[in-house]
Amino acid sequence: MAISILGEVRKIGAGGGALNGEPTLERIARGNGLALCAAGSWTARFAPDLELIVSDAEKLGGTRPNIFIDVSQVSKLDTFGAWLIERLRRSLAHGGVEGQIAGLSANYSSLVDEVRRVKANPAIDTTSVTITGMLDQVGRTMAGIGGTIVGLIDMLGAVLAATGRVLIHPRAFRLTSTVHHLEQVCWRAVPIVVLITFLIGCIISQQGIFHFRKFGADIFVVDMLGVLVLREIGVLLVAIMVAGRSGSAYTAELGSMKMREEIDALRTMGFDPIEVLILPRMLALVIALPILAFLGAIAALYGGGLVAWLYGGVDPEAFLLRLRDAISIDHFTVGIIKAPVMAAVIGIVACVEGLAVEGSAESLGQHTTSSVVKGIFFVIVMDGVFAIFFAAIGM
Amino acid sequence: MAGEAQNAIIRVRDISVQFGSTRVLDGLNLDVKRGEILGFVGPSGAGKSVLTRTIIGLVPKVSGRIEVFGIDLDAASTAERRGVERRWGILFQQGALFSSLTVRQNIQFPVREYLNVSQRLLDEITVAKLGMVGLQPEVADRFPSELSGGMIKRVALARALALDPELVFLDEPTSGLDPIGAGDFDELVRTLQRTLGLTVFMVTHDLDSLYTACDRIAVLGNGKIIAAGSMADMQASQHPWLRAYFHGKRARAVMGS
Repeated sequence: MAISILGEVRKIGAGGGALNGEPTLERIARGNGLALCAAGSWTARFAPDLELIVSDAEKLGGTRPNIFIDVSQVSKLDTFGAWLIERLRRSLAHGGVEGQIAGLSANYSSLVDEVRRVKANPAIDTTSVTITGMLDQVGRTMAGIGGTIVGLIDMLGAVLAATGRVLIHPRAFRLTSTVHHLEQVCWRAVPIVVLITFLIGCIISQQGIFHFRKFGADIFVVDMLGVLVLREIGVLLVAIMVAGRSGSAYTAELGSMKMREEIDALRTMGFDPIEVLILPRMLALVIALPILAFLGAIAALYGGGLVAWLYGGVDPEAFLLRLRDAISIDHFTVGIIKAPVMAAVIGIVACVEGLAVEGSAESLGQHTTSSVVKGIFFVIVMDGVFAIFFAAIGM
Repeated sequence: MAGEAQNAIIRVRDISVQFGSTRVLDGLNLDVKRGEILGFVGPSGAGKSVLTRTIIGLVPKVSGRIEVFGIDLDAASTAERRGVERRWGILFQQGALFSSLTVRQNIQFPVREYLNVSQRLLDEITVAKLGMVGLQPEVADRFPSELSGGMIKRVALARALALDPELVFLDEPTSGLDPIGAGDFDELVRTLQRTLGLTVFMVTHDLDSLYTACDRIAVLGNGKIIAAGSMADMQASQHPWLRAYFHGKRARAVMGS
């Protein structure tokens, strides 16, 4: 390089120099001015080094009346390199020095022109945590809860209206879709529901016998099992499982359809999404949950009976006899009446959440989560309301 | 060997791809030369996107050999493969922007992963890239769901270019853009190719792009390359599909103007 005649030479940058492509920026004094000679490959690969070199050179602003940047030795230039050279030129200019870029090859001039158009860095607004901000958040959350309830009632109304329309025009009813969803939420759920309720029945029975034996009241485990399973556990457990299994699926299905504008497409073709998508799903769930609750109760009683026989020595005949005495049809009715209502709650929550999904994958995940959480919450609240109601009417 | 590798940035040899019993690509050969813009055309469903995805490694091939930057992608170690991936950028047909990240985060994502640079430089480069693809810095804080179709294409291109790759795959880059936007896009690809020494592999149906942006055109049919060459070669070809494509009503309209 023909620069040694120019006197003071200082090299910055990782050693080795331009030969192996590493970028350098040499400072060469020229009279009362300074030349910054860039060499090597000023590319993304060396961006961290380049940043150091450039921020070091930026400090020269104001030290000399004129500084120019010679880029004739640059072997390779890309957006990163071009921008950093431009940044250097700008900060020198800011320091009152006429920064000029020289030796730019025709190949790269359009790239440098391109980065020259970049405006100064736009400020990124960061919101700091303040008391007003926190209060604002609390307010928004509370308003959000109100919005949730209004949304649920809104959906309930829309579903009831759609049901009414379908009752008047039965041809509008989507039988195929309903059967399909029934298979998904009912038939395919049977194995897991039966397995889990069976195990819960076993556990209740074992715990009951273990503790009741102290009072010599082993046989009362049958009363406890019967009442608990038929009135509460059977339906509540199954509802929670359905909320996790089918509620989440509904939200994800409807949410991704919303994201891909499929629901808008339906609407523009003159179909009501409530009628086409939501009613069959709701109906399937309302039919499925009582069936699953019934099967679950059988499985739990069976499991409990098995444990009572094998662990507690209550033989099946005594178990059935006792069960017949302890349980009236009321217990079963109370349980099974709750099932379709809980199904409706789960379905409405899932559909509201599904239709609330916005454009991003993250939003889909959030709404699916909140579908399950809210579904389970409302199921338990409903169960409490029912408990008070049945107690009041003496069932 | 070195000279050859210098010349052909992508070498595809005897590639076959099969889905079930349908053979989509059947013994296909293709070279993409360094620094050129290759326009890749063919009837819908001929397997243009499949070839692109096979080269990138998203679709498994039954047989054949793919070399990118002179590296055989099947024989490459993980580190070599990552090295190759860092040197190419891909614009997917639908943009494939990360929906839960803002435009800024989308563009910065590959840079942040591969280079250890300051946030300040990241932000400046983002603005520069957005400017290059013709977008205002104000869109940086929007989410992909808040962008129009054309803007999504542009942001996706900005992300594909984030690391200043040597090779860019564009899958139908101008589809869904208005003619002026598409023309700008072609011009942009040309400029970037000139300034960055970019090699561009462009799947397209846009005759304007083929005329204005592409150096060479390759035509896919029946699972093979049925023709490759300049625009003049394509127009001189007697192949029935090529005649229909380059001498059809739309082609005449483009040539007339």
